[in-house]
Amino acid sequence: MDTLSVEGLRKSYGATAVLQGLTFALRPGECYGLLGPNGAGKTTTLRCALGLTQPDAGTIRLSGLPVPERAREARLRVGIVPQMDNLDPDFTAAENLLVYGRYFGMKERDMRERIPRLLEFAGLAGRADAKINTLSGGMKRRLTLARALVNDPDLLFLDEPTTGLDPQARHLIWERLKQLLAQGKTVLLTTHFMDEAERLCHRLGIMDRGRFIAEGSPREVIAAHIEPEVVEVYGEPGGAPAGPPQGGAAKDMEQAQPANEHHPLPREGGRGDGSLMSAADWAKAEAAQFATRVEVTGETAFCYLTESRPLLRHLAGRQGLRYLHRPANLEDVFLKLTGRDLRD
Amino acid sequence: MNYFRPPSLSLRFFPVWQRNFLVWRKLAIPSILGNLADPMIYMLGLGYGIGTLLPEVGGVPYIAFLAAGAVCFSTMNSATFEALYSAFSRMQVQKTWEAILNAPVSLDDLVLGELAWAASKAALSGAAILGVAAALGLVASPLALWSLPLVFLAGLTFAALGLVMTALAPSYDFFMYYFTLFVTPMTLLSGVFFPVEQLPAAFQALSAVLPLSHAVKLARPLFLGEVPAQAWLHIAVLAGYAVAAFWLALGLARRRLLK
Ligand SMILES: Nc1ncnc2c1ncn2[C@@H]1O[C@H](COP(=O)(O)OP(=O)(O)O)[C@@H](O)[C@H]1O
Ligand SMILES: [Mg+2]
Repeated sequence: MDTLSVEGLRKSYGATAVLQGLTFALRPGECYGLLGPNGAGKTTTLRCALGLTQPDAGTIRLSGLPVPERAREARLRVGIVPQMDNLDPDFTAAENLLVYGRYFGMKERDMRERIPRLLEFAGLAGRADAKINTLSGGMKRRLTLARALVNDPDLLFLDEPTTGLDPQARHLIWERLKQLLAQGKTVLLTTHFMDEAERLCHRLGIMDRGRFIAEGSPREVIAAHIEPEVVEVYGEPGGAPAGPPQGGAAKDMEQAQPANEHHPLPREGGRGDGSLMSAADWAKAEAAQFATRVEVTGETAFCYLTESRPLLRHLAGRQGLRYLHRPANLEDVFLKLTGRDLRD
Repeated sequence: MNYFRPPSLSLRFFPVWQRNFLVWRKLAIPSILGNLADPMIYMLGLGYGIGTLLPEVGGVPYIAFLAAGAVCFSTMNSATFEALYSAFSRMQVQKTWEAILNAPVSLDDLVLGELAWAASKAALSGAAILGVAAALGLVASPLALWSLPLVFLAGLTFAALGLVMTALAPSYDFFMYYFTLFVTPMTLLSGVFFPVEQLPAAFQALSAVLPLSHAVKLARPLFLGEVPAQAWLHIAVLAGYAVAAFWLALGLARRRLLK
């Protein structure tokens, strides 16, 4: 099955180089994640791949066809969930699917047969006749996913499919994507939620300023770019006790290896009893002897390390500091590689 | 990429036409009434109101003179509103175009679909006024039925001109310029309400290049039971405007949306 391959993709808008030589290819049946902060070039990459904008350089093949030359035909086998919902507000949920199917040359009769199944898949079985503006954000997103499936595509592009959704709605979308992957569809997903990528993606590329800065499976990327464990240290606000202790400091030291990286079990401990010290001051003065790398943002010190026992022992004896011990995750990699500055 | 390369046309425009038709069908009755009311008020109000003050115009009662103008005027308005406000909503506000372009439909197909739809809707408006005029006995012979293909052609012309504006417009406000600088002067200079011959020579020369005056020059004889003089010239001018404006609108839309 032909999916998408992109080689040496370059694109500038005016003086801004948005894509600077991007190369990647999707393997059939995998979920590939394009990760990056706002403005990294994720949407532009998708637009190039679909032939909706002409790159300055690079070769693209989609569904076995060269893009942009034969992009229109290539899109016959692709389903798209765009970043911004663009359901047709003049139509009901079912009409949206019917009208969209026509753009693929689907027969009216086949569409009428498919629509109830698509709505069911989207969890909108009772909503066939609902107007778009009566649907919640999560429902619209699911209807958009159903619309992307009208042509039974081999390949799905999803541009930030869960941005702005509540946890329930996010989980439902993830569930559906897993079902689609189980059916053998290939998925290209962009996101800036690292937990989403860790959960769904077989492979991913982290991009920034139009370049990949890391690529591989989530585990590979974490292993290659960051220390395995993280201890986040906070100052105790006002020095007051913050509720009952969860697991003693001693116990923490015994279980210094954090649990399975996909199911982090955060531990809290080391509560102080009155004396004040800011985490930033502590980090400046003492963290370096325990951690490979320390990053301070505001009142939190992030200590990245391979061996956490000495630090945990030290913190257990400290008053006025709280901490959270957890395995390193994709978000740590992302922040390390793309920095902690705001991107708007 | 050359945005102004020739249009590549295909029948894939039809689902786009169908989409707009389906929306229209939901509101068809109020929409037809709305389309009719405005030109009817013009035609009947001016026709009978001013008409009683006037001797015959061009050898016929004023309202019979006005009927053909009202058909062309109504066609132009309907095509223009659809190609400006409605198409702009679909392109810019609702992002309907964006959704369609993600399907295997090219921008060329999409803009052609919008053009065909606006022309269809305009033709319907024109035909409705023709029907009313015929019912009022303002139409001399079945020759007037030739104004049905004419209003479709004129619909294409004014829809294409409107789409040029839509492809350029930053917001709805922009369309006011088009009306005040182009549509309104053209209406007054094209023989809709009074014979062009009443105008000073310079205005008559200007009138000769305006698409609306060519539509009127075809419709009026047809309504009065005559074969229009130089019919092919007028048809060629309308078609020429339609093709050139469509090409330009598509080029501008490509530059706007596919960059
Ligand atoms: N049509 C456009 N014209 C000018 N600049 C654009 C256009 N589209 C995107 N950009 C710029 O390209 C950069 C990447 O945008 P985008 O691909 O949307 O990023 P992402 O989807 O990763 O947030 C941004 O700086 C954006 O401002
Ligand atoms: Mg984006």
